[in-house]
Amino acid sequence: MERTKLVHKYLRSEKKFPHLWCPGCGDGILMGAMIRAIDRLGLDQDNVVVVSGIGCSGRLTVYVDFNTLHTTHGRALSFATGIKLANPKLTVIVVMGDGDATAIGGNHFIHTARRNIDLCAIVINNNVYGMTGGQYSPTTPMGAKSATSAFGNIERPFDICELARGSGASWVARGTVYHVPMLDNLIMSAITKKGFCMLEVAAYCHTTFGRRNKLGKPTDMMRWMRDNSVRTEAFQKLSDEERMGKMEIGVLADFDYPEYCEMYDEVIRKSGGGA
Amino acid sequence: MEKKATERKGGKIKGTSRQQPQRKAKRAAASKSDAGQIVLISGNEACVEGALAAGLGFFAGYPITPATEISEVLSTRLPAVGGKFIQMEDEIASMAAIIGASIAGLKSMTATSGPGFSLMQENIGFGIIAEAPCVVVNVMRGGPSTGLPTNPSQGDVMQARWGRHGDHRIIVLCPNSVEECYTLTIKAFNFSEKYRTPVILLMDEVVAHMREKMTLPPESNIPVINRVKPSVPPEWHIPYENTPTGVPPMAAFGDGYRYHITGLVHDQHGFPTQRQDEIKEFQSRLTNKIEKARKELIMVETEFIDDAKVAVLSYGSTSRSARRAVTMARKGGSKAGIVRLLTLWPFPVRAVQRLSEHVDAIIVPEMNQGQLVGEVERHACGRCSVVPLNRYDGAMIEPEEILHTILEVE
Ligand SMILES: Cc1ncc(C[n+]2csc(CCOP(=O)(O)OP(=O)(O)O)c2C)c(N)n1
Ligand code: SF4
Ligand SMILES: [Mg+2]
Repeated sequence: MERTKLVHKYLRSEKKFPHLWCPGCGDGILMGAMIRAIDRLGLDQDNVVVVSGIGCSGRLTVYVDFNTLHTTHGRALSFATGIKLANPKLTVIVVMGDGDATAIGGNHFIHTARRNIDLCAIVINNNVYGMTGGQYSPTTPMGAKSATSAFGNIERPFDICELARGSGASWVARGTVYHVPMLDNLIMSAITKKGFCMLEVAAYCHTTFGRRNKLGKPTDMMRWMRDNSVRTEAFQKLSDEERMGKMEIGVLADFDYPEYCEMYDEVIRKSGGGA
Repeated sequence: MEKKATERKGGKIKGTSRQQPQRKAKRAAASKSDAGQIVLISGNEACVEGALAAGLGFFAGYPITPATEISEVLSTRLPAVGGKFIQMEDEIASMAAIIGASIAGLKSMTATSGPGFSLMQENIGFGIIAEAPCVVVNVMRGGPSTGLPTNPSQGDVMQARWGRHGDHRIIVLCPNSVEECYTLTIKAFNFSEKYRTPVILLMDEVVAHMREKMTLPPESNIPVINRVKPSVPPEWHIPYENTPTGVPPMAAFGDGYRYHITGLVHDQHGFPTQRQDEIKEFQSRLTNKIEKARKELIMVETEFIDDAKVAVLSYGSTSRSARRAVTMARKGGSKAGIVRLLTLWPFPVRAVQRLSEHVDAIIVPEMNQGQLVGEVERHACGRCSVVPLNRYDGAMIEPEEILHTILEVE
């Protein structure tokens, strides 16, 4: 009950509901976690900006009561870069889908990570293009069926966390919509930590992906997450063989790279424009 | 010029100080006297000066000839006035970043050429529907594709008008001199702030790279318009309200007015809508706010037109050849006149209608295979003949070519 009340404080409940998500979709779980994290950090709603791309995940910005910007497909990080650099005092959270962040937005993803601008980037990875009806995405597992891979997907999937780490992100983590208390904590860290922080949230799309691949109901897909996720400390101790089919969760990278806006302040100083 | 005093004051009262960091101090130091500062600069540099004078606070871009100098100069000039410059990974990101910065309260701009302009189009459309003021400079080059990187062209007249998908209006200005690169950049910012919409400054390679003498006016003489911010408390603010002007006040993210911005067609509160009445009202407001402003937006210059029988209608650097041709023709006794468009879109419909009523022919020289000429024909409605004069071999149209056509038509 407590939790429900808290969530309502941050939802645009009288304005824009019911939402568009399918009953049982994992996107709402992430939305709840994000709200709890912001609340626990005691952030002023007026100073929080939430930017999203296009997809089922992108609709999140309509529902939460912050400064919200629903952008174009794949470009959320670039819009967010403009906002953050223009006013570094704002806390900027970016919510994207897997297709949004790593297909059409892949170029922006790697370059935003490389710049290490202080953003909290959340990628809801449901391994599919949900909104357009379940075509394969860059994170669809090999062999999986989708609206555009009836004979099984022949493309190798991205590991979004490896992609972020390799591109220079300060902080990289993976959580799931099953491990909810952990998800709350990961979002808190991603917001607090300076620099580009990327949190991949393993989610599911039972409607377009689960059904086609006979993965069952949302609860079945969550059970899979419960049974196959391994916290990074334990995962590191596993042999390659034992790692097969398992998903590493937790904080996967944590570095102290210089942050872009702070470095830009130095550019301003050098050019004689400092106050 | 218009509304200079009040708009500026309005901006200050509502605390847009963040919008133009230290611009004053810097400009004051740069000005040599009350009469302004005489400089010898290129069109691209003049565009930078104009942008800074208008209060530019944010620039994002990706290098491309013949627009690159704008990025290069701003990378040092902008931080020096406390503004932000960023080189993005491509033009899609550049366009997105300047819209983001605009939403965060800064005046923002990007500069590109044809290929980059094509990449920006989806997000320019976003800027239109989200009503985010910003300025997009396109220094045209021949195309399609990589085309003719350093040769002059006027091939993007229709791309500027119709590059985005869907139905919409757009403001496109087109300078023909270094000084006008300066003044029209300021105009572009003022229009974008006043009407909350992206404005396109369509330059060509000749005006961008040519160097001319001009006077940078003292700051007090520069008309600067800042977007109107909401004056009501946040609970009362309706972010996309259908106001009488059609331009709702705009709060920046972080100003305390939490609201939603989206590329989806939205209701007055900014939330996506599927209601037919709301969709129509919204689309009409976006169109009408530009249509109702035609008088202010449309800038047309005429010369030798009162008794003219043949008019040369042109824009951009081509108009310089046109002027020379008409002067030569006049010397030879021809009744030739000049019509020069500083505003390409919204198209100066009335000006062309009136012109077509009292000349026998309108010659339209363009460095393309005929783009704006179609619009001229459409509005001349057969009242006079419309004669295209096209050059698309990578070279400027020379005065003699236009003169030849004038004499032929006469
Ligand atoms: C430029 C562009 N191309 C294609 C689309 C169509 N489109 C909308 S959402 C989407 C895929 C969304 O997939 P994902 O990012 O994984 O988000 P999800 O719906 O799964 O949350 C696509 C291809 C679009 N809106 N814009
Ligand atoms: S289609 Fe899939 S991702 Fe989209 S709301 Fe439904 S379950 Fe969620
Ligand atoms: Mg997806």
